[in-house]
Amino acid sequence: MIARFPYRRFAGRIARHAILILTAAFALLPFVWMVSLSLKPPEEIFQADFHLWPTAFHGVENYRVALTAAPMFRFLLNGLLVCTAIFALQLLVCIPCAYALAKLRFRGRDTLFSAVLVGLLLPPQALAIPHFVLLNVFGLLDTYAALILPWVISTFGIFLLRQFFRSIPDEIIHAARLDGLGEFEIIWRIMIPMTTPALAAFGIFSIVAHWNDLFWPLIAVRSAEISTPALGILLFRDDEAGQFLGPLMAGAVIIVAPLLVAFLIAQRRFIDGLAVTTMK
Amino acid sequence: MKTPDQDRQRRVDAKASFAKRSGEHGVGWLAVSPALLLLVGLLFGPAAAVVLFSLTDWQLGSFTFHFIGVANFRALFTDPTFWKALTNTLVYAAIVVPGTVLLGLVVALLIEASPGLRGFYRAAHFLPVMSTMSAMAIVWGTMLHPTIGLVNRGLGAVGISGVNWLRDERTALLALALIGIWQGLGFAMVLFVSGLKAVPQQLYDAAAIDGADGVLDRLRFVTLPMLGPVTMFVVILTAKRSFEVFDSVRVLTQGGPNYASEVLLHRLYTESFDFLRMGYGAALTVIYLAIIVLLTLTQARLLERRVHYS
Amino acid sequence: MAEIELRRIEKSYGETAVVKGVSLSIRDGEFLTLVGPSGCGKSTLLRIIAGLEAQDSGEVMVAGRCVDDKRPKERDVAMVFQSYALYPHLSVFDNVALPLRTRRLSFAQRLPFVGRAVPGRGGIEKVIRAEVEQAASMLDIAHLLHRKPGQLSGGQRQRVALGRAMVRHPAVFLMDEPLSNLDAKLRVQMRAEITALHRRLGVTFVYVTHDQAEAMTMSDRVAVMTAGELLQVGQPEQLYRDPQDLRVAEMIGSPKINVVSCDHWISLGASLPPGIDGNTTHLAFRPEAVGIAASGDRRLNGVVTSVENLGSDIFLNVALADGCGAVVVRTHPDISRSEPGRPVGLQIDPASLLQFDGAGMRLRQAEQVEAAA
Ligand SMILES: Nc1ncnc2c1ncn2[C@@H]1O[C@H](COP(=O)(O)OP(=O)(O)O)[C@@H](O)[C@H]1O
Ligand SMILES: [Mg+2]
Repeated sequence: MIARFPYRRFAGRIARHAILILTAAFALLPFVWMVSLSLKPPEEIFQADFHLWPTAFHGVENYRVALTAAPMFRFLLNGLLVCTAIFALQLLVCIPCAYALAKLRFRGRDTLFSAVLVGLLLPPQALAIPHFVLLNVFGLLDTYAALILPWVISTFGIFLLRQFFRSIPDEIIHAARLDGLGEFEIIWRIMIPMTTPALAAFGIFSIVAHWNDLFWPLIAVRSAEISTPALGILLFRDDEAGQFLGPLMAGAVIIVAPLLVAFLIAQRRFIDGLAVTTMK
Repeated sequence: MKTPDQDRQRRVDAKASFAKRSGEHGVGWLAVSPALLLLVGLLFGPAAAVVLFSLTDWQLGSFTFHFIGVANFRALFTDPTFWKALTNTLVYAAIVVPGTVLLGLVVALLIEASPGLRGFYRAAHFLPVMSTMSAMAIVWGTMLHPTIGLVNRGLGAVGISGVNWLRDERTALLALALIGIWQGLGFAMVLFVSGLKAVPQQLYDAAAIDGADGVLDRLRFVTLPMLGPVTMFVVILTAKRSFEVFDSVRVLTQGGPNYASEVLLHRLYTESFDFLRMGYGAALTVIYLAIIVLLTLTQARLLERRVHYS
Repeated sequence: MAEIELRRIEKSYGETAVVKGVSLSIRDGEFLTLVGPSGCGKSTLLRIIAGLEAQDSGEVMVAGRCVDDKRPKERDVAMVFQSYALYPHLSVFDNVALPLRTRRLSFAQRLPFVGRAVPGRGGIEKVIRAEVEQAASMLDIAHLLHRKPGQLSGGQRQRVALGRAMVRHPAVFLMDEPLSNLDAKLRVQMRAEITALHRRLGVTFVYVTHDQAEAMTMSDRVAVMTAGELLQVGQPEQLYRDPQDLRVAEMIGSPKINVVSCDHWISLGASLPPGIDGNTTHLAFRPEAVGIAASGDRRLNGVVTSVENLGSDIFLNVALADGCGAVVVRTHPDISRSEPGRPVGLQIDPASLLQFDGAGMRLRQAEQVEAAA
């Protein structure tokens, strides 16, 4: 059908690109704007006429200010540390639990699974007050522990991994038992290697969520030394140097870049990972 | 002759010895115990505590508290800012949900329509999903700046004088909603694309044989009906995210001006952690929790149905 | 030395009894097949022998000793699964080596990450490599050792699963429908290979299948199971000639045994054979025990509905009159040629008629009882 109307097909293509370029511009504009401003001297930012590329290149200076006036690398390192710690601990807690829920028979299993499902309903923000109080009691506020501990248990992780573990046939586990593997060895040698894509998906989900989280760091942390990136950029803005847009945008670029670069390198992984984890 | 009792005993013994031998019972509990402890200590305990707090006059740091019944809730319901925050959240959701879902659907359909530049478009639309909202909110703040902002520069170029978007009571919430759509669009797109991929080619073939072979016919008779469940799912998901809006509000308007952009979660944050009114904050949390639980349950119901259909 | 004895094994899942008091003795070195329709509890029984599942009551004895409190790995049994259950992330070599590693490496040597560095591992690995290679060459998979299971054909996977089972020289081989995922041709070939393997290893094989042909061709003895109960255990020949139960008679043999109820027999005007037991409700006869004759009084008459020519044999499907069922007749192409629509009479060898009562139990004529005694 379509082949008989090549002009129509051509028009359709043009329309597709026209609309998509428009929406893509909407999505990308803030990034372009951010980079553009981060390369400009102050007077050019306030100029009446606008150039995408600075007439006077001020990039080096802006990024130098961003990196020296605020501990940007420290923020990034904190982000890395906190996200890694959270994910590692989540795996440590979730994997055995998910395996037991999926493949072992023990009294109370179904009750526990129902509890996990109920836990799935609780939005983390709703637990902020008691978590805050708890950390306050133990004197842990404003420490790395405060950033990490509330996230160590992930009902979502348990649920997700249980679903994946269940999809592994019982016969494999029976074979492993006959081959002489203990239950924890089965987890380590069989279940984990067989579900690496699922674990990666959960990892992407967890790391993206906690790298970008502002709500909880805002509550749990005051000092810049342990701020995560999302909080760090705010601290920088409220700082003296952050009053200048050039360095502020440079700071934003530094904060946003790591995840975006990781995303551009492993696009499929990220998109599938995030889509899979929400649809489960 | 064996009595039934002996028989039963033998069975119990057999089961017990198996449990010991295979260790499934013991290993099972060993494997779930850390999760169980944390589940109680970090999830259910705190959730119960929130409800408890909401019935007391407890203040952070004080050692005594009294049960004051529903006084916190009464205070909440007579507080105009709470109602303002609730309606704002609803308005925000009413803009963001249809905006995100429609744009996401259109973009997904167009991206999947033909392979040209598909990878680029997908990545470009997904970029906002990945980016740190607090940093990008700052960027949006400069874009919406009344004089040097990109938006007003653009409007000025076509002869319209823009307003001070984030400082104007009429536009602050709208501007935040725009940012919300900007961030959620890519995710909706991805979910729609995976929904589109799941539409079996035979359906299009069947539709073509039945005479529905134009682009719009295919859309109307095959694609859109098949996307029904995904659409519902995206709607709920976006709604949930709308109720969780916080970062952009905190960074850009802090609920202002004059509470024009105050939303539930931001209210919850300021009451609890800026003013340290824990009881009031807890009451607000309970309301917030109820809304999110309702949305999540709807979402779970939808997912379940989709599973049954497939 | 590993004879297996099951004593009154029972197993239920929730309310449904899946194995209902099965007792069975399996001799050392025997190839015993458990055959029965799917869902009758064969796999469950096998898993109970392996120790993967707990019986509710009863005992499992291996080599004269009760193994009920032993873990699967301590029972000296190996199992081959229907889906092969190969570890998809491990190479063929590592799949086959795994049972040796778990048995021979110490706890420290098996630890994640650090295990490799524990002294003594290298030597053990060398021995393991040699044994894996030996097993692999025996099964003709030596050239596949570096591949992943995903890169193998069904038959090759089957061999790897066999290799993983035999590499540690178990006293008992348990096989759960190991051939059912193969195509027909390969299945016939693997039957022969498995029986050859049994002869060479000389250990006890317990083989589960729903395919009576496999049971008949491979086994020393066959145990027929339905709905959680053992109906009869015997040599294939014995089950075929001398079934104790109508269900056994119907399960063994292809095409199926012909069964005609006495009521139909009489209503069709055929005379019942002499010396018949008063309790007999059904008469059964194998397709080869029937001859085609002209239709006539006092015999079963019918009409040929279809003819299946297999070259060596011809199977005639004959519909009895008045909707009294159908009978399959096996004849030789040279003896009888028939076309659909032809009315025929059935000439049944009275000596090979089997009688069953209302509960499906076999009733014996006097002379048969004497012969059996
Ligand atoms: N783990 C289990 N839980 C509940 N029922 C089961 C389980 N395993 C098997 N069954 C039931 O027990 C019956 C026998 O199963 P199985 O031993 O696998 O039969 P077979 O191998 O003869 O086909 C089936 O009806 C099956 O549904
Ligand atoms: Mg089975």
